[in-house]
Amino acid sequence: MKTPIKKLLATTLLALVFLGANAGPAFANTEEVRLDTAPINLRDQASLQRGAKIFINNCLNCHNAQFMRYSHLTQIGLTEDQIKQNLMFTTDKIADSLVTALDPQDAKDWFGKVPPDLTLVARVRGSDWLYTYLRSYYRDDTSSTGWNNEVFKNVGMPHVLHDLQGTQVLSKVGEKTVHGHTEPVMKLTLDKPGTMTPLAYDAYVADLVNYLTYMGEPARPQRTQLGVIVLFFLVLAFFATLWLKNEYWKDVK
Amino acid sequence: MASIPKPAVSPSVDGLGGKILGWVDDRFPLSALYKEHLSEYYAPKNFNLWYYFGSLALLILVMQIVTGIFLTMNYKPDAKFAFASVEYIMRDVSWGWLIRYMHSTGASMFFLVVYLHMMRGLMYGSYRKPRELLWIFGCMIYLALMAEAFFGYLLPWGQMSYWGAQVIINLFGAIPFIGEDLAVWIRGDYNIGDATLNRFFAFHVIAIPMVLLGLVAAHLVALHEVGSNNPDGIEIKKNIDPVDGKPVDGIPFHPYYTVKDLVGLVVFLAVFTAIIFFAPEMGGYFLEGPNFVPADPLVTPAHIAPVWYFTPFYAMLRAVPSMFGSQFPGVAVMGGATLILFTLPWLDRGKVRSVRYRGPIYKGFLTAFIVSFLVLGYLGVVPTTVWGQLPKNVPLLGGVDTATLVSRVLTVVYFSFFILMPWYTKIDKEKPEPTRVTY
Repeated sequence: MKTPIKKLLATTLLALVFLGANAGPAFANTEEVRLDTAPINLRDQASLQRGAKIFINNCLNCHNAQFMRYSHLTQIGLTEDQIKQNLMFTTDKIADSLVTALDPQDAKDWFGKVPPDLTLVARVRGSDWLYTYLRSYYRDDTSSTGWNNEVFKNVGMPHVLHDLQGTQVLSKVGEKTVHGHTEPVMKLTLDKPGTMTPLAYDAYVADLVNYLTYMGEPARPQRTQLGVIVLFFLVLAFFATLWLKNEYWKDVK
Repeated sequence: MASIPKPAVSPSVDGLGGKILGWVDDRFPLSALYKEHLSEYYAPKNFNLWYYFGSLALLILVMQIVTGIFLTMNYKPDAKFAFASVEYIMRDVSWGWLIRYMHSTGASMFFLVVYLHMMRGLMYGSYRKPRELLWIFGCMIYLALMAEAFFGYLLPWGQMSYWGAQVIINLFGAIPFIGEDLAVWIRGDYNIGDATLNRFFAFHVIAIPMVLLGLVAAHLVALHEVGSNNPDGIEIKKNIDPVDGKPVDGIPFHPYYTVKDLVGLVVFLAVFTAIIFFAPEMGGYFLEGPNFVPADPLVTPAHIAPVWYFTPFYAMLRAVPSMFGSQFPGVAVMGGATLILFTLPWLDRGKVRSVRYRGPIYKGFLTAFIVSFLVLGYLGVVPTTVWGQLPKNVPLLGGVDTATLVSRVLTVVYFSFFILMPWYTKIDKEKPEPTRVTY
């Protein structure tokens, strides 16, 4: 009679794993845009440092990262002097947080809303979303900024990096049949090249997204490193406790 | 005949230690308590995998309290600062991220372990006479745990905290006549705001934990009064060794089950720490993505789903159609689904306790119950449109969301397990119980 119980347990656990693995996409965007995988590597300090520079030179002009302090940047291999000399433009206190010089009221007047804080954006949207989003801007004369985005329809932010990427347009490349009626297949194509090649621009965005991912959870590199050690210890502890248990249980007949 | 192992530790200690122990024992029953609850508490020797989850639940309770204490040292229950204080813990407090992840993962693991623990009780008939009160204390712990989780989820003050609480409190608003006033009374305001956050903090860190600790103590006292059930569902107290007066199939809890539970503890910690260190968000199930956006009363998230451990009941709520323009029927069904657990000891008319000796009808109902609970759990996470709509040409049901229809059927299955139990446990063809435990 032992088997059905074990089976039941196995099925229950499997079902839980199954639910965990399958329900995930329910949270994803309902707009069916395939997201590109962001090449995240939080051990690549050079990439994180480049990303920090890109973030501070571009994003921080309008967006805050108010939960992030300049001093935290020492975690990605920068010295306090390097941070002070190259990255701090709005403050001279290293423990200050990354706050834009843009006045929120001005932002509201100019853009219609205050640009959101970006400290946690990678945890809200996911790295893949950000990586695809920043590469999916296209020219749209019907929108108020002249820009639109395939991943974020009618986005409020114009394409800040367009001089680097160039200008993309969304054009029809074919047709497909969905549920009995035809729909155009749209694709982004580079209309006017920017100062960067497409490959260089992808790498540029990858650095930025890598940094945003780090900024969303600065403890992440530390926790994965620690996790390996803890699990190794627990494997040893498992054999030790199992041996102890078997020693005691020898006399239970 | 099996030999009964002698208790390994006896409190007759020599020397200074013995003198101190004697001094204490004259004033406080330390040795007596130790014997009664550990070294001479006889537990059946045939416990299987399912019997780890009770001690694990106790471990998580302690862990939640300890990590909770450290979190309150830096958390600010103020609508203006709450969100930022959580990020402060994650970034600026030494090991704050670890403490916070232990607490957030612990909440989900608490429910996982408690669900498995309840499942065990259900399968082996651990709620049957004389363990009715033990079961009822357990059900009360489960309700207290749900309250604790609900209050705690508001504290990070993210979008899901805010809107999740909004949805749940509106449920109380659906109660006829007093609903609206009741909802205002719970919130302390006309909207969820600073007053709500403050009182939820009070409930989460002191009121409910005290209730929980009291109930857990009562649960353990009741357990040690009646003794543990076992996978065979037979009483070990019916088979006493005439020589030493101990149950033949019982072994002292300490050291046998303390060392055995230690193995389970290590395995549990491996799973627990793997989640903490490698997947603390657990794909959006333990920490939801939208909860990394500060609460904003003006922006409703696209899809509001409660945390996974509430979703079976949430799916029932959504499945029940509103009547006379009121959501109350759904709320009543949802409440009923948790309260019906209390009646279980008096619904079961079977002669045997354990599923091992039950007949095919009981096994069928139990399986249907488990499947309905799991599928409802899944359907509570996803939008009701997940499985599309029934074709328009289906009579009566055409155009209905398939998922809603399935939820309705499964809600009926969930309740039939209980309501029909007096009938099917009586007519079921059961097998004879053994006289000794299977070991």
